[in-house]
Amino acid sequence: MNAASAIPTVELNRNRAEESRPVRIAVKDLNFYYGSFHGLKDVSINFNDRQVTALIGPSGCGKSTLLRCFNRIYSLYPEQRAEGEILLDGENILASSVDLNDLRSRIGMVFQKPTPFPMSIYDNVAFGLRLYEKLPKAELDVRVEESLRKAALWDEVKDKLRQAGTGLSGGQQQRLCIARTVAQRPEVILFDEPTSALDPISTGRIEELIEQLRDEFTIVIVTHNMQQAARISQFTAFMYLGQLVEFGPTNRMFMNPAERRTQDYITGRFG
Amino acid sequence: MPGHIVSSYDTDLEDLRRSISEMGGVAEKMTAEATDALVRRDDALAQAVILADKRLDALQRDIEERSVLLIARRQPLAIDLRETISAIRVSGDLERIGDLAKNVAKRVVAISDHAPAQKIVLGVRHMSDLAEGQLKDVLDAYASRDIQAAHDVWERDGEIDALYNSLFRELLTYMMEDPRNISFCTHLLFCAKNVERIGDHTTNIAETIHYLATGETLAGDRPKNDASNYATVDGGKAP
Repeated sequence: MNAASAIPTVELNRNRAEESRPVRIAVKDLNFYYGSFHGLKDVSINFNDRQVTALIGPSGCGKSTLLRCFNRIYSLYPEQRAEGEILLDGENILASSVDLNDLRSRIGMVFQKPTPFPMSIYDNVAFGLRLYEKLPKAELDVRVEESLRKAALWDEVKDKLRQAGTGLSGGQQQRLCIARTVAQRPEVILFDEPTSALDPISTGRIEELIEQLRDEFTIVIVTHNMQQAARISQFTAFMYLGQLVEFGPTNRMFMNPAERRTQDYITGRFG
Repeated sequence: MPGHIVSSYDTDLEDLRRSISEMGGVAEKMTAEATDALVRRDDALAQAVILADKRLDALQRDIEERSVLLIARRQPLAIDLRETISAIRVSGDLERIGDLAKNVAKRVVAISDHAPAQKIVLGVRHMSDLAEGQLKDVLDAYASRDIQAAHDVWERDGEIDALYNSLFRELLTYMMEDPRNISFCTHLLFCAKNVERIGDHTTNIAETIHYLATGETLAGDRPKNDASNYATVDGGKAP
């Protein structure tokens, strides 16, 4: 290989421009425990501003656990705890002084199964706004419309805003949940397998939407669909058994991963 | 490397490798026999080479079709994607090598009435021996994923070019000496050029092996020693 390396090669990394974006979330030596189970082990990773980062790995590898740390959902369960640091714009969000309601309005989350509230489409989107901001009716209307437009749902629901959100199709419900998240004007949006329960057309719409949302938000997405990760993300992290195995630009991760375990996983081989 | 969880995926890739290896065997044989036919003025052997090209074309179409199907059905990634793309590229190069060998064989038929200028024909033989050796080495490197062996082939392409260059000059001289040589020498010149092109396709395959093994594309200029582009009848000096 010595003589071989003397021949110059063309570099595969074509998204260097993206790499230069500032870091929005910096995770440092994060450890997470479910009681005595060590769910995340010394995870350190940076998420760049207004980029999509995909988290991949087999079930139970810690991807969703990592997502759950960002908005501290885990703190609902007393036996779960996180150690280390997660810096959002330089501020450690794991600190006990952090206001959780404020944190969760800055970091929105969309789940695997659509979770519309049992209320009208309008009220679903306005729910968080009414909770956090006291807006006059006219302004609330504007924010609801703006959010539904950003979620690419406005044209489909503008004539039935008073109908129940639960009456929409699965794909529409998921976009409604995205609208509800976007309405808070968060900085970061977390997606936990947002399309795994959707048909290919609805999946396409959500992927298109994530692409557009990237202009405004920093996005972290957990997905089991390798092609989806390859299509929509700029960076990919592969996790295995609670550890971050490899992290890099998506093009390189899917064409030429450095780690054997990454290659075995993304190509569907026995580990 | 561990096998795929879906075992038929392994079978698909293994079948592609086997077909490439079969194509390689046919292309090697055609290259060697086309030159044999040229040296011995053996029309029957030349016809056999021309016929063998059909098999090579069929194999190439088959590999291309199966690769496209594999991409559609399995959406290969990383090493699997590189392997699939490499199969398409290598089969394309081998198919072209077959075409070039066939072209040499056709010229055997055209020049079979001529008095043999054996010295020059042997020059083509020498070139062809080098090209055959390169082709064999690159096919072995492909089968064993031996990146160093592929680089060795890549580095050696210049030798064939240098031989072609000197043969080109020699043929020019013969043609100037006696215009009756022109037809024969032109055919031989094309034969030599075809062999030189076979060397180029072999080098393409070496580059593909590098990509397959490393995921990177070789940059930089190939070692080239072909100055015939600049040669002229008066003096024939290359810059």
